[in-house]
Amino acid sequence: MKRRLLLAAAAGAPIVLQLRPAQATPEALAAAIHSFTGGTPLREGKVRIEVATLVDNGNTVPVSVSVPGAAPAEVAAIALFNERNPQSDVARFHFGALAGLRTVSTRIRLATSQQLVAVARLADGSCWAQRVDVVVTLAACIE
Amino acid sequence: MARTLIQAPSSVRRGDSFSLRVLLQHPMESGFRVGAEGQVLPRDIVRRFACSYNGERVIEVELFPAVAANPYLEFSALASASGTLSFVWEGDHGFVHREQRAITVT
Repeated sequence: MKRRLLLAAAAGAPIVLQLRPAQATPEALAAAIHSFTGGTPLREGKVRIEVATLVDNGNTVPVSVSVPGAAPAEVAAIALFNERNPQSDVARFHFGALAGLRTVSTRIRLATSQQLVAVARLADGSCWAQRVDVVVTLAACIE
Repeated sequence: MARTLIQAPSSVRRGDSFSLRVLLQHPMESGFRVGAEGQVLPRDIVRRFACSYNGERVIEVELFPAVAANPYLEFSALASASGTLSFVWEGDHGFVHREQRAITVT
């Protein structure tokens, strides 16, 4: 009987671990991503965020997003979201007919240590995401 | 009149993807900060940036308060024909700023 319980616990444990990131995401972030993707489920991969994992100054954080997993012409738009700033949106890049390589860079504000999410929407409608955790030592002043 | 820095090549090879870097001098006041007298500083941000090349769209960017002051953007365009690159920034309180650069395609 005890062994059966242990086996059940072992089988259940990985599922709990997989669910945790989804629960940590606040509703505002999910809503912002939903407004960009139009409800298309996010898949992990194809997108790459380049950002320092330890940020000294949250007022200007250089961030670069690229889509190495897809041909440039396939990428329709890229959006960047954050978890704990007052607003979940950071920037949305929509590519036109004469856009070149789909790599974009900008400088952003981070109010506290949090997760960044980059989402790429491809021409076929699929949406790909990458999440990165960053630690911020000096927060951007939002007060 | 806002100051801008635009790094664009003066000549590129046809069919190449070339990098464009633009920076606009702007406070990007987020609307979440409180001033010295305790009042909330009104939001004043650049909401939209667009770049077009001989009238065709290269990129359109929606900016939110989380973009740092003096918004810097880097992206790429595809060299198609000689002509002009035009850049426009639009923001709160009727802010509009336009810039143009000539480009030669060889």
